This record gives sequence, C-alpha cells and structure tokens, in this order.
Amino acid sequence: MALAVHASTHIPWLEDTTMKQIGHRTLSAAERYKAGVLKYADMGYWDGDYEPKDTDVLAVFRITPQEGVDPTEAAAAVAGESSTATWTVVWTDRLTACERYRAKAYRVDPVPGAPGQYFAYIAYDLDLFEPGSIANLSASIIGNVFGFKPLKALRLEDMRLPVAYVKTFPGPPTGIVVERERLDKFGRPLLGATVKPKLGLSGKNYGRVVYEALRGGLDFTKDDENINSQPFMHWRDRFLYCMEAVNRAQAATGEVKGHYLNVTAATMEDMYERAEFAKELGSVIVMIDLVIGYTAIQSMSKWARKNDMLLHLHRAGHSTYTRQKSHGVSFRVISKWMRLAGVDHLHAGTVVGKLEGDPNTVQGYYGVLRETHNAVDLPRGLFFEQDWAGLGGVMPVASGGIHAGQMHQLLTYLGEDCVLQFGGGTIGHPMGIAAGATANRVALEAMVLARNEGRDIWNEGPDILAKAARHCQPLQAALDTWRDVTFDYASTDTPDFVPTSTAAA
Amino acid sequence: MRLTQGTFSFLPDLTDEQIRAQIEYCLARGWALSIEYTDDPHPRNTYWEMFGAPLFDLRDAAGIMQELNACRATFPNHYIKLNAFDATRGIESLRLSFIVNRPADEPGFGLVRQEGPGRQQRYTTRAYATERPEGKRY
Amino acid sequence: MQDAAMNALSETAGPTENRAFDIHAAFRDSRVADVLAELDRELVGLAPVKSRVRDICALLLIDALRKQAGLSTAAPSLHMSFTGNPGTGKTTVALRMAQILHRLGYVRKGHLVAVTRDDLVGQYIGHTAPKTREVLKRAMGGVLFIDEAYYLYRPENERDYGQEAIEILLQEMENSRDDLVVILAGYKDRMDRFFRSNPGLSSRIAHHIDFPDYTDEELFAIAQLMLDEMQYRLSDAAVETLREYIARRRAQPHFANARSIRNALDRARLRQASRLFARGGPLTQTDLVTIEAQDLRASRVFGAGGNDA
Repeated sequence: MALAVHASTHIPWLEDTTMKQIGHRTLSAAERYKAGVLKYADMGYWDGDYEPKDTDVLAVFRITPQEGVDPTEAAAAVAGESSTATWTVVWTDRLTACERYRAKAYRVDPVPGAPGQYFAYIAYDLDLFEPGSIANLSASIIGNVFGFKPLKALRLEDMRLPVAYVKTFPGPPTGIVVERERLDKFGRPLLGATVKPKLGLSGKNYGRVVYEALRGGLDFTKDDENINSQPFMHWRDRFLYCMEAVNRAQAATGEVKGHYLNVTAATMEDMYERAEFAKELGSVIVMIDLVIGYTAIQSMSKWARKNDMLLHLHRAGHSTYTRQKSHGVSFRVISKWMRLAGVDHLHAGTVVGKLEGDPNTVQGYYGVLRETHNAVDLPRGLFFEQDWAGLGGVMPVASGGIHAGQMHQLLTYLGEDCVLQFGGGTIGHPMGIAAGATANRVALEAMVLARNEGRDIWNEGPDILAKAARHCQPLQAALDTWRDVTFDYASTDTPDFVPTSTAAA
Repeated sequence: MRLTQGTFSFLPDLTDEQIRAQIEYCLARGWALSIEYTDDPHPRNTYWEMFGAPLFDLRDAAGIMQELNACRATFPNHYIKLNAFDATRGIESLRLSFIVNRPADEPGFGLVRQEGPGRQQRYTTRAYATERPEGKRY
Repeated sequence: MQDAAMNALSETAGPTENRAFDIHAAFRDSRVADVLAELDRELVGLAPVKSRVRDICALLLIDALRKQAGLSTAAPSLHMSFTGNPGTGKTTVALRMAQILHRLGYVRKGHLVAVTRDDLVGQYIGHTAPKTREVLKRAMGGVLFIDEAYYLYRPENERDYGQEAIEILLQEMENSRDDLVVILAGYKDRMDRFFRSNPGLSSRIAHHIDFPDYTDEELFAIAQLMLDEMQYRLSDAAVETLREYIARRRAQPHFANARSIRNALDRARLRQASRLFARGGPLTQTDLVTIEAQDLRASRVFGAGGNDA
C-alpha cells in the first residue's frame, strides 16, 4: 500500500503554492489536488476563454442536466468524463501534462425552443487520440460519459475532426469519383434494389431476382442486412447464383453491373473468407453491416482497398442510438466516422421514403459524406466547418419505401452522387421485376435530362414523368400503382434552427 | 440488343436539339466536352478512341456540334459518346457521358463460360462485333 | 432569337392584323441602352463611331420586329470591319458590340474572342486549319475580333498559310452565320487594300466603321479619366505640360492615340516615384497623388535626354 498516498501527507512537490486560474475559481495546486470531490468546472474542464486550436478535435453535445445541475458544470463534467477525469481527485494527474489532456468545455448555449437542453462545445487535444482508429476515437468521446448520472440525457450532435487527424485515416477504399470511373456511369444517381423477400429465397430463386432487376436497368442489387448464411440459403450458394446473374445481365446490357454481396459474419476470419470468394467470382462490390463494429469495418476497408473492391456499408442498428434527439449519437457523427473508417457506400436516408429523415438533416449527412469541405450550416445540423483533406467521398445510399413517382423529389433533395434503391418499387412492379427496373431507370434518366435542360423539376416533375411514360409502358404502370404512396410522418430528428417541415408537403 | 452505357440510353435517341441542351448545361458549369468513338463497346473498354482533344474554352454548343457532326460523318456506324470533364478539385473526372450515335444494328454480347473447380465458372463477355477486325465490325 | 424584342411585341400585339409595334418598348426591353450608355461613359468623343453603332442597333431592332411581323428580312449579315489607327477604341467598341448583339438576340453568348494572325495561322502544312477552326469554335456564340487582319494575306509569299486561314474564315462566315460574328480590324489604308485583294471577304462585311483619331482635347479628357481611375492628379503646371505633350506626341512616329497617353502616364508615375524616393523625408497624401510637370517634361517628346517616349 505504499502508493496509497493521501494528499495531506507531506509531499513537497504537491505543495505548489502558485495560484492558478482554473475553471470558476482560483485554486492553488494544493487545493486542486486535495483528496476529495471537486466540481468538474473547478478541476479545469471548463474554460470559457479557451480558443480551440486548429489541431483540436471538437465535439458538440446536447446535454440535459438533472434538475438543479448548472449547465456549465454539466458541460465540464462531460468534458471531464470523456477525457481525463474520474469522479474524485487523483494526485497521479500531476505525473502528467494534465492541462493538455483535460478536455475543455468552452461554450454552452441553450438549445432554441427546448428548455432544459444545452449545446456544450468541448475541445480535445490531438494527443488524446490514437491515429487512424475509430475505436479509440469513439471510446474516448462516447465511452463512459453517456451513462453519467448528473445528466438526464446526452447526445453527441457533431464533431470537427482536424486535418491533422483526418490525414491519419485512409478513407474510402474507392471513393465516389473512382467508383463512377470503374462503373463507367456518370451524371446521374446510381440505381439499386434490395432483393425481396429479404428472407427465405433459395440461392437459385434469389439470383433470378438479381438477374431480372439488373437486366431491366438497375446498376446494383443488394443483399439485405440480415442475409448472411441461413438454413434456406448458404452464403456460397448465394454468391455463385448472384454472380451468374450479374454476368448474364452485363452481357445483356453491355453495362458494368454489381450485386452487394453481404459478407457480414460472426468472425473476421469468416468475413475475409467470404470477401475472398466474392473477389474470386469477379464481384465489383462487397457489403458489410454497421453492427460488425468499427474495428471490423476498418479491417474490411483495408481489405477492400487491397483488393480493388467497392465497400458497401448498411447502417443496421443505428436507429437505436441516432433517432431520438435527446440521447445518443447523431447520424452525422456516424457519417463522419464512417468516412474516416473508409467505406464507399453508406445508407443515409431518403427524405421521402418510409424511414426516419427530415430533409435538412438528411442533406446534412449527404454533405458530410460526399463534399470536400463542409461549411457551418446550422439548419442542416452542421455545427462545425470540416475540411476533409482530400479524403474520398462516400456515396450516400437512399433506400426504403421510395418509388419512380418520386424521382423529381429524390433528385432535388439528394442530388446526383448517390444510390437510389427501389426494392419494393422494382420487385413489386405489376409487369415484373425487369419492367420495374426499367421504369425506375427511364424515370431517372428523363428527370436528369429535364433538369439539365433547365426545367423546374420540382414543379414539373409529374408532367415530365407522365411524358416519359408515353414511350415506356412499365413507367406508366409504376406511376399508376404507386401514385399516392407517401410516408408523410413528422420526423423525430429535426434541426433545431429552422421550423420543421415534412418532405411530401 | 441496345447498349445501355451512358447517361441517357434508356430514353429514345436524343435529337440534336436535346444534345445541344445537354452541352449548354455542361458549358455553363465550365466543363470541357470531348468526343469519343468505338466499335468495341465492351463494358470494360475504358479507352474509346478520342475524336480530337477535349474541347476546352468553348462558350457555345455550336462548336461541339460541328465536331460531333464531323465525327458522325467519319464514323456513321460506330458508337459515339460525348463526355463532359470537370477539373474541380475533388472531382477531376467526368460529370456526364452519353451516347450520341450508335450502329444501325447492335448484335450485343455473348457470355462465354468456362467450368471451374466446384461449381465455379469463369465468365467472359464478348461483343459479337469484335469477332471481326477493327473498322469492319458494324 | 430576339427574345427581348419578342416579349415587347407580345405585349403590344393586338388582335387585328394591324398590330402596333412599339419600337421604344422593344429597345427598352432589350437593355441595349445600358450598353450604349456604358460605351458613352468609357469612351471619350468618337461621336461618328457611336452614331454608327446606334444606327446598327436600330437596323437590327427593326429587322427583329420585321421578322416578328412576318415581313421579309434577308438574314442580316453582321460581320463588320473596324478601321482606324491604334488606340482609337476599336477593341472596346468590339466588346460592347458583342454585348449589343447578344442583347438583341443575334449571338447566343456575347463574348469576344480577340486574336491576331499568330492565333490563326500555323507554322507548317496541316497546322493552320485546326488552329483556325479551334479559334472559330471558341468564338461561337460570340464575336471573333481579328486585329490587323491584313497580316493574314501575304501575296509576296505564295505558300503563306494565311490564305488557308482566310478560306476557312470565309467558309465559316457564310455557313455559321447564326453561330458567330466576325469583326476585322486594322489601319484604314491597309484594310482597304486587304479587302480589294480579297473581294470574297469584302462582300461578306455588312458594316464598316471608321475610327477617327482623337483630337487633342479628347486625348486630354482621356488622360483625366485614366488618372482618376488610378487615383492620381496633375498639378496646375502639369496640366499645361500634358497639353503640350499631347500636341508634340501626335507629330511623332508610332503615335497610338489613347494607348500613347496610357504609356505616357505610366512613365510619369514611374518618374514621380523616383522623384519622391530621391527626395526622401516625410510624404503627404498630396505628394503621393500628384504628378508634377517635371514628371512629364522628362519625356523624350520634349527633346529631353531620356530614351523613352
């Protein structure tokens, strides 16, 4: 027990009498490191005058303190718990350059229109993080602090990743530009579809859906997140049939086609085995699920880079922590982490489809994924300027409850660099799967053509589609079938800085 | 078979007026257009022949249409596409690429299979046209 | 074409055949007046040129209205020749002409591509045609301005590639009339000779504008404009010196109107700077902006020892 030194024991180097301005009060080092419990703000985790350095990692949290807890103290507590602090004073701090390692809460603003909630801005020194490791970054920023009792709720809203840190990540193995060059597809969103039903099809039947959809005009088809290797279809069987379908469709159209072969599995060894097989069969793309974890994602990214493979990431499970506004991690932060971790595709919302997504908020994610530089854009939820330092872009994927009749809205909201996935909207087509695919492709090309011609597609969209349907019976059928389908519910994850509106309004 | 490479291949062939409008869209954004042609439309044939260098610094579609018509006159039965190149940092690649001329008859591609170990197969996509030498294909 | 003019027409078009054509509304809507005003502001004097430009505007506007009314209009030839000595504002007027043609709907983009022989004519066989065509393509939608156009024609050398450029030019001036307007420019006497030797070109030029030399008074006003722009001013003595300078300079070789004035002022600025530097000591704002008589008088024009103009 020789090390159990109590602060009152006479230790000369502890008795520094220099007065230091720390937090709210001016404390001498002796006072600061006296055993016991101090306010976080007094421990140096609050510094209202701090000017963040260009190399700092910045984070903004939405904090909801318990009744009676001062927001500044709550912010300091978050800074402390996500960096060096523990619940009590430890003298061993003094063996370190602890000033530097303390995260500093430097700004607290009330959330507009949400009493009791605050945005707390915290700066972290670059030395706190291991280069190139999302696991380390996330363990630091969201490791412990989210269960902290003095807070009712806590949400990580956004982060600024300094260029110095961004440069330690290789980023997307392919990136939007090179993906387009490899596929030889420019000037329009890519089209995809998830094979339905998600579960139960045999390999042979599954491949049929792939073939029909690709031949009909889609660029990609996709395994669903929970298609792995189940009793009704083992993974090798799926891979073989899907690649037969992909090759047949390529020959039928003269276009490069792909199927996202989901290699998600129980262990890295299994995933590598599946990915290798996909490569051997000539697939241009493999797919993983977010639930495999950040380290596994980074490993697969490394593998994809080494093997000239596009890497598609399905965000399975994210809504458990991204959807509620008061607690969790915003999807814009997940988007930033995944761009660093290095994936080529990431599901990021549709605005108009069946899944959660306010237009501005979703556009914020899209910006994070694909732009070279993000400006501060509070209505879109971007709290910080972010320079991506030449890191490739991630192609956002819009998937879930969208159909050809919404093409003008999709193109307006989401722009060109994205994948539009029409699962039901392809496979559920009354004239068959290939016809469904054709309907989507014709609708898309007609809309891009019209937009480029300077037409006002937002208002003229339905006319443009109707006119295109005159030379495309499948499109007419699609428009007739899904004419009135909208998912017009209020979003939960909405911006704090503009009035909320819904997509289909 | 209709080759569906390019941005607008699922639409009826574009008229010259429609092509002009797309060119104007590209020029307004400062993209440089170029014309390429081929008689080997394999999906992985990245390098079609260039019909002259990319046309930089043009302000109006007329000059590009003139080049395109010259290319059509020389290669009436080839695939011809218009590419728009954007030199912006972070892109430095094509922003639009669409077919503006195609052979009267498109025989398409055959899929050649080679049986491999287990149930694996090796696939080769071959354009029927490329069985003949370059220049005599369409 | 002629969108603006047509808009103006549709407002006044009555139900009967005897529709009223409001030329003034058409003119207003075309916003050509702004360009003419701009021309007035930036170019001193040049009354005959400005009046010719206005005539051309009126003709084009009426042509547009005639077309709208279904009357016969020979597709107007718009190619022009601008003749005059250097520094008389030919390039500036060409820039404005491009804008005017754009606003009246006669060219689609309204930009000006200014070239000389070197941009059109190649060095070896097969070089000229692509070079000329490249320039023509860049000019499409706007105006191609060929300065000192007579250098294209060198009868003394029968293998000169200039002839090839002229032929392509001729062909495009005829075939691509909707796509571009060509303005040929240069000294009057040489242009006249050039046109006499190339009747094909001459016959395709619809409008000739002659740019007279500036009077001394005009050159002085131009100098004042330039000085204002550069935030300099002349001392009282320097005003007189500059007037004297202008009169003397005109009589000397290589006189280039406004361009000679621009050069003289640039050199005066240089001398002013040297003078202030040599003087040393604290400088006032007045020192910094004032050109003194001596800054001008050091010019060779006054027979001083300097070797510059």
